[in-house]
Amino acid sequence: MNVIEKILSRASGRDHVSPGEIVEANIDCAMVNEITGHLTIKYFHEVGVKEVWNKDKIVMVLDHTIPAGSVEAAELHKIMREFAREQGIRAFYDVGRGGISHQVMVEKAHVKPGDVVVGADSHTCTYGAIGAFSTGIGSTDMTAVFTTGRLWFKVPKVIKVNVRGDFRKFVTPKDLFLKIAEILGVSGANYKGLEFKGSTIRDMSIDGRMTICNMAIEVGGKAGIVEPDEKTLAYMKSRTNERFSIVKSDPDAEYERTLELSVDDLKPLVSCPSAVDNVKPVSEVEGVELDQVFIGSCTNGRMEDLRIVAEILKGNVVSDRTRLIIIPASQEIYLDALREGLIETFLLAGATVTNPTCGACYGGHIGMLASEEVCLSTTNRNFIGRMGSPKSKVYLASPATAAVSAITGRITDPTSFRSG
Amino acid sequence: MEILGKAIKYGDDINTDVIIPSRYLVLTDPRELAKHAMEGIDPSFIKKSKDGIVVAGKNFGCGSSREQAPIALKYSGTRCVIAKSFARIFYRNAINIGLPVLECESLWDSVQDSDRLSLDLKSGKIKNLTRNISAQAQPLPDFILELIEIGGLLNKLKRARV
Ligand code: SF4
Repeated sequence: MNVIEKILSRASGRDHVSPGEIVEANIDCAMVNEITGHLTIKYFHEVGVKEVWNKDKIVMVLDHTIPAGSVEAAELHKIMREFAREQGIRAFYDVGRGGISHQVMVEKAHVKPGDVVVGADSHTCTYGAIGAFSTGIGSTDMTAVFTTGRLWFKVPKVIKVNVRGDFRKFVTPKDLFLKIAEILGVSGANYKGLEFKGSTIRDMSIDGRMTICNMAIEVGGKAGIVEPDEKTLAYMKSRTNERFSIVKSDPDAEYERTLELSVDDLKPLVSCPSAVDNVKPVSEVEGVELDQVFIGSCTNGRMEDLRIVAEILKGNVVSDRTRLIIIPASQEIYLDALREGLIETFLLAGATVTNPTCGACYGGHIGMLASEEVCLSTTNRNFIGRMGSPKSKVYLASPATAAVSAITGRITDPTSFRSG
Repeated sequence: MEILGKAIKYGDDINTDVIIPSRYLVLTDPRELAKHAMEGIDPSFIKKSKDGIVVAGKNFGCGSSREQAPIALKYSGTRCVIAKSFARIFYRNAINIGLPVLECESLWDSVQDSDRLSLDLKSGKIKNLTRNISAQAQPLPDFILELIEIGGLLNKLKRARV
């Protein structure tokens, strides 16, 4: 069996599962944010159950609209806060405590390798980076989890993505995923799992693995996963004393197919408006003028990303024609970036740095785009209207491409950039 | 379960951000959400959505897990969504809230906006009454049909309590 099949069979109390089978799995951890959680809470009360199935396995995070930018958002926060209190849920991350849910779930070790984790947010697939089976669900499915602790899954077929080679300077895991999106298309992995393997993945940090697993949903994927290895163990050890078992794919595991890729010659890529699989080399769209550059989100708001950005921005200033917004993905990252002096570099370059939040990523809170505006963003979606006006345009790229482009005010290939 | 309605046709990869744009996600009243259904690509949707049957191409509902997307459609009066294929989370969400969804490859090509359609959820048989053309959707598995018939997963959870 492959790692996803093994995790699902363990969680559903079976010796063996195969693709297409429906299993009912015990959930190890469940996450809601304020946008999806308020519905779950409403439904939970409607069902009439008094207590959640396990208050220690539920994580509640305010991240999409923090601090509240409207009375409506404040009301959602209040519903979440009161529910956490009433149910005794300790893993409640209020404004100033956590950050973007997907980052918090991993860095606070709410997720462990081998776990089955569901989140009422589509980018829940991020936690595959540490070897968990994690997937996004809706608010009603989450109500079933809150009340019973169980949920049905169809065991997915899995595509093996085997990646070899070394990235060139300023080419990053984000570019690798955009390549995968170009190959598979936005529905190429619909209902399927993606297992990332190969020497490039072994060499990749947990931060980078989170970026590629995060975007599995952008090709329709149910889950992205990297088998746990020494890097995973070292990461977990630095964050929790809790024990877990290591689940890996068998050598003879079956896959729907294998995608072989090499990153040796990979160029920086950009996903053009308004579909994630509309991918071109940055060099082909160089010169497109930018009104806004956004660096952050659950895709690319981690230390590794911010370090590259600081390396590029150091001693430079953001172009007069554009504005740069940088949002660290969590409180912890914000603090680390502050201590390392990255935040100072950002501010001196003329960037706006805000508190950890989804912020500009989804066009619901801050940093929204006006009509006809063009933004280069390190996030994961460039759908029509994603970051504001339906008449705005969003290009997706890596933090390196974003930082260099912020300096020039135009989409620019970072591989030609020489840092001081 | 027979459904009658008027076709409203869209293309491939209709994502949840256009079905209900993010800025409305703070709204809690489903009728308010419904006023903005499909606003991202078709601001006139709400004028024609009563008894509408959305007929879409591949990968309908891709993107976020926001259940507000099928909720907005359901409360806009949409009776059913028939697509060549659905994104996974949207599909589950729609069924969980009791919005019927059917997969059918062949219907899309011959349908025009406002065609009158009739469909039988159990058998998956679809008739385009305006053009006198039939199509066959994938029949829904029994447990999904059952969920739709009782009005969604919440009702099932409630019944399991009594
Ligand atoms: S950062 Fe963007 S993609 Fe990630 S959870 Fe927030 S809104 Fe969703």
